[in-house]
Amino acid sequence: MSAIYKRELKGYFQSMTGYVFIAFVVLFFGIYFMAYNMMGGYPYFSYPLSGMVTIIMIGIPVLTMKSFADDRRTKTDQLLLTAPVSVTKIVAGKYFSMVTVFSIPVLLSTVCPLIIKMNGNANLKADYAAILAFFLLGCVYIAIGMFVSSLTESQIISAVLTFGLILLLLLWPSLVGFLPTTAFSSLLGFLILWTIVIFVIYRLTNHYGLAMVLEAGGVIVIVGLYIWKKGIYDRALTKLFEKLAVTDVFHNFANHSIFDAGGLVLYLSIIFLLMFLTVQSIEKRRWS
Amino acid sequence: MIEVKNLVKEYGGHLAVDHLDFTIEEGQIYGFLGPNGAGKSTTMNIITGYIGATEGEVWINGHNILEEPEEAKKCIGYLPELPPLYVEMTVKEQLLFAAELKKIPKKDREDEILAVLELAKLTDVKNRLIRNLSKGYRQRVGLAQAVLGFPPVMILDEPTVGLDPKQIIEIRDTIKNLGKDHTVILSSHILSEVSAVCDHILIIDKGKLIASDTPENLERQMSGTSCMELLIKAEEEKIRDILSPLIQTADLTIEESKEEHIKKVCLSIDQTEETDDDIRERIFFAFADEKVPILSMQTSQASLEEVFMELTKEGEEEE
Repeated sequence: MSAIYKRELKGYFQSMTGYVFIAFVVLFFGIYFMAYNMMGGYPYFSYPLSGMVTIIMIGIPVLTMKSFADDRRTKTDQLLLTAPVSVTKIVAGKYFSMVTVFSIPVLLSTVCPLIIKMNGNANLKADYAAILAFFLLGCVYIAIGMFVSSLTESQIISAVLTFGLILLLLLWPSLVGFLPTTAFSSLLGFLILWTIVIFVIYRLTNHYGLAMVLEAGGVIVIVGLYIWKKGIYDRALTKLFEKLAVTDVFHNFANHSIFDAGGLVLYLSIIFLLMFLTVQSIEKRRWS
Repeated sequence: MIEVKNLVKEYGGHLAVDHLDFTIEEGQIYGFLGPNGAGKSTTMNIITGYIGATEGEVWINGHNILEEPEEAKKCIGYLPELPPLYVEMTVKEQLLFAAELKKIPKKDREDEILAVLELAKLTDVKNRLIRNLSKGYRQRVGLAQAVLGFPPVMILDEPTVGLDPKQIIEIRDTIKNLGKDHTVILSSHILSEVSAVCDHILIIDKGKLIASDTPENLERQMSGTSCMELLIKAEEEKIRDILSPLIQTADLTIEESKEEHIKKVCLSIDQTEETDDDIRERIFFAFADEKVPILSMQTSQASLEEVFMELTKEGEEEE
């Protein structure tokens, strides 16, 4: 893993990508910091951080687009995949190298709360907690980008798709508001979700009988629960989807100064899940 | 050493590898021969664990490539069709990275890298960016990378592509030397290369193994009927008269040659019958008795080239 980590990290600085990404993020950190804190006089660093959430939406796809797509295009993945290294280690090495590049501008930004402090009152605890949440949010975005990159050979498709997904997550809280909230619509929603899950399982395993049994079982459980205890379906679908609003966790930190430990666990779980999916998408080629 | 059992690879309805079965023994050089698109590279990619097979198993030193990939991959050095190189690195950095990937102990890395740099004649360019190297040099870096650490099995997919004639000879000698105490599998569509280097040849066509033998045996198999070409200064009638007691007329063709009064005679001779006396002697004396001069006599044995053409043609006819 360390070999791949070192090479990837070096790769970011042997090409322009690493420098451009860091310069881009630092530039906008500076602009927001100047506008909100220096000129605007707000003593919270979380304001510029909230602005930065949209900036990294553009920056992170550029960082992640190359990770697996380019290896596949130039066939250098043949070296990695025929070497005695497990796919998990390859994925982890690449992921942590990207996290390291991202952590450089974030580390630089940790100076800002101290500058605020020098000029008057600062809320250091809230600010540093917000920086932590911002960093982890960035790590979630990197995991999304890496997963998308492992699906395609084209860096452009990888970047555009990652940008789209991150934008979708940003809009997610407002989109969830449009969902119907009645128990019956929740029931329908769950049935559709379950069918999608089963379809994916069917495509992965090619086992028709298994898929049918799981589908039937799921439908019976979901409908049975609805008949037995209708109450639990009230707003259930909305509640489930709200959980996926990853930016809400960051806003708890930034806007409400809440240390949302549960939210951080959610971030880590999403990162873990996406890394697992990346491993699977690469392993799939080896097995099929 | 390597066992390939019933290997099948399907790409969207097209069978790239069609129930392939073979065993590779230790300490020999194997040549994978076949026309373009025969499934050579696909087979090699499956053996090295880069892609999965639709059906079948690959065992390397007793390790299944799917179940114990790390153990199996440790035994293999692989040079794919396109050498997998990071162009933004120097030759030395690339080899260092490969050495780390292959888990070569830190204290040996420097020596191992020096050894392969020497072997692939790369010492002069070791500090240059791979981006700026020519195709031939990149190919040699790829070879050095595959050989790095001297794994027991080396799989080389068209190792001499893009090299100049002098380099080709050098690389062939290198491969021959490696074959003394390693198992080497190389693929090629250049027949002279395979016959010059390999101890054993596997010919595949359309994903099927159609021949597997030593180069000598393959040539002998095909030389059952060999051809003899004579240049004789005489009239056609006379030649036929002299030759008719010796061979069947059906096997005889007589053409005008470039020179005047000289005829070109082609004979097909069935050598499968074991006879003590040489047909060439009998022909010579037959013409000598009639005072007809034989200007040249040549027997041509089927070369590997013809074996290959013959074998791959059969496949086409079946379709």
